[in-house]
Amino acid sequence: MNPPTTTWLRRTLLAAGAALFLLPLVWMLTTSLKPAEQAASGRVTLLPWPITNGVPDFGAGIGERLTEAARQGAANYDAVWSDPSITFPIYLRNTLIVAALSVVGMTLSSAIVAYGLSRIRWRGRGMVLASVLVTMMIPFPVLMAPLYIVFRELGWIGSLKPLWVPAWFGGAFNIFLLRQFYMGLPRELDEAARIDGLGHWGTFWRVIVPLSRPALAVVALFHFIYVWNDFLAPLIFLTHREDFTLALGLQLYQSKAGLTPWNLLMAASSLVFLPVLILFLLAQRAFVQGVAAEGVKG
Amino acid sequence: MTSPTRPSLRTRLRRSPEAAGLLWVAPWLIGGAVFMFLPMLLSLWYSLTDYPLLKPPAYVGLANYRELGSDDRFWLVVRNTAAYAAVSIPLMTLLSLVLAAMLTPRMQRSAPGFWRTDRPERLALVAVFIPTLVPMVAAAMLWMWLFNARSGLINTALSWVGLRGPSWLEEPGWALPALVITGLWGIGQGVVIYVAALREVPTQLYEAAEIDGMGPVRRWAFVTLPMISPVILFNVITLTIGAVQVFAMPYILFRNERGQKAAGDFYNLYLYDAAFVYQRMGYASAMAWIQLLVVLGLTGLMLWMSRRLVHYRVG
Repeated sequence: MNPPTTTWLRRTLLAAGAALFLLPLVWMLTTSLKPAEQAASGRVTLLPWPITNGVPDFGAGIGERLTEAARQGAANYDAVWSDPSITFPIYLRNTLIVAALSVVGMTLSSAIVAYGLSRIRWRGRGMVLASVLVTMMIPFPVLMAPLYIVFRELGWIGSLKPLWVPAWFGGAFNIFLLRQFYMGLPRELDEAARIDGLGHWGTFWRVIVPLSRPALAVVALFHFIYVWNDFLAPLIFLTHREDFTLALGLQLYQSKAGLTPWNLLMAASSLVFLPVLILFLLAQRAFVQGVAAEGVKG
Repeated sequence: MTSPTRPSLRTRLRRSPEAAGLLWVAPWLIGGAVFMFLPMLLSLWYSLTDYPLLKPPAYVGLANYRELGSDDRFWLVVRNTAAYAAVSIPLMTLLSLVLAAMLTPRMQRSAPGFWRTDRPERLALVAVFIPTLVPMVAAAMLWMWLFNARSGLINTALSWVGLRGPSWLEEPGWALPALVITGLWGIGQGVVIYVAALREVPTQLYEAAEIDGMGPVRRWAFVTLPMISPVILFNVITLTIGAVQVFAMPYILFRNERGQKAAGDFYNLYLYDAAFVYQRMGYASAMAWIQLLVVLGLTGLMLWMSRRLVHYRVG
């Protein structure tokens, strides 16, 4: 049976809505492929026109315009990437260092804590779980001033440590997500492991971790994106420009040059966004399931 | 000395589930103590002091809180943040629910052909979700460009239908609508959560409602809404905490030579300034504690008010 007319009406509306959500991103990408004057001209078009004799050739065909987009795009991205005053390669390196250290620490420690909150029965477990839940409601800005003082006393201000060391102690959201997942695994698994002579560590490492790979991947993915996108913590804790992350560097790029043309700003924005987009498209299913698990089972 | 009938303290500790449990949650307890509990206590103490960052804190009693009471900028950011929350949360919730309802058809998942399944809906869901992945700084720069008064896409599109768009980020009256629009663009997470919740509503309930002669509107009101009400509550609380915290977007949109200074000023922008620009850690800590109490109070209030409105499934 083919879908009825109402389905098609609904789908037409949906298509328009979906297009509206994607349009800003399409505009970001196309702006980044144009020369500055054409980007700022206010003309709504996806591709740039090639320049002949100093003026845009509005009669150019689609092929020529695609070539021009590739040429101009390459020039724009190169201008951003090799801008000597802003050093995006170094920001990328810093972001990857922080992300790698932070993601490994966050995933491992959250899994360990979640194990203690789900696979071991002990008095006090409920109270610790409650502390995890309450913590989820504390906004980061509430902590930022005193955390700055704590990190200063530890001598971490001016290094990357404030951005990744805390991750090694677990995150409330991720602990809760994994705990919910572990609660759903049958208890017989632990008993079988015990009969095989495994202690808690062996059970965790050889039974629980292999079974929870999808959930661990969700935690790692979400935390990677969180670190990649985070702006406020780097803004507060990073003092040297050579320690900046991409998000902070992007803001510096935007603020220092009030006259930076839009095509370059959009090229820089696309550059920071594209890795996240590619990661998402590769792991789409995990993403959507992870978000859904947060809300429905939470 | 250990007797053969009584295991040593070490063995007993090792066998006790409490010791094992504590050991496994130790990372959280230590991290929570150092990076949460200690800073919160410190900030409560700092809020009672004058603490100019480079000098030690000096006790001043409730002076910071009293000063906040007569601080015009404090009340301005409170009003702006409250207005943003009050406007954006209902709009975001409504739009998320409408989109989620449209994205959740009752259809077989594995019928042959693309259009007979819900795959078109799944694709649209991905499109709605993608904007939530854009780093806030990149999103803010993109919106600055879209809102650009002269050659931005929004005002260009408005000019096609004969409207002259405002200078979104520079006129006092348009700062809030602009920020709300950027917020609406990022509702994807909520939509995904609602779609998942709608898929879990048992089909038999709809069938029963249809037999009872309920139309689509009443089915939504009497079946769907009650069934997903816990998820709505969770989302509204998340949105509230997010709206109170809004920072990066207004920081970039309005903190430039032409941006709207007063209408674009929000609670955490002031908190940031107080702590790291004016370096008044005591004053900033007082603001932080007020924010924490407001967030906890609002969450508690919503949980309390929802007791009658939210339906929890048994079992």
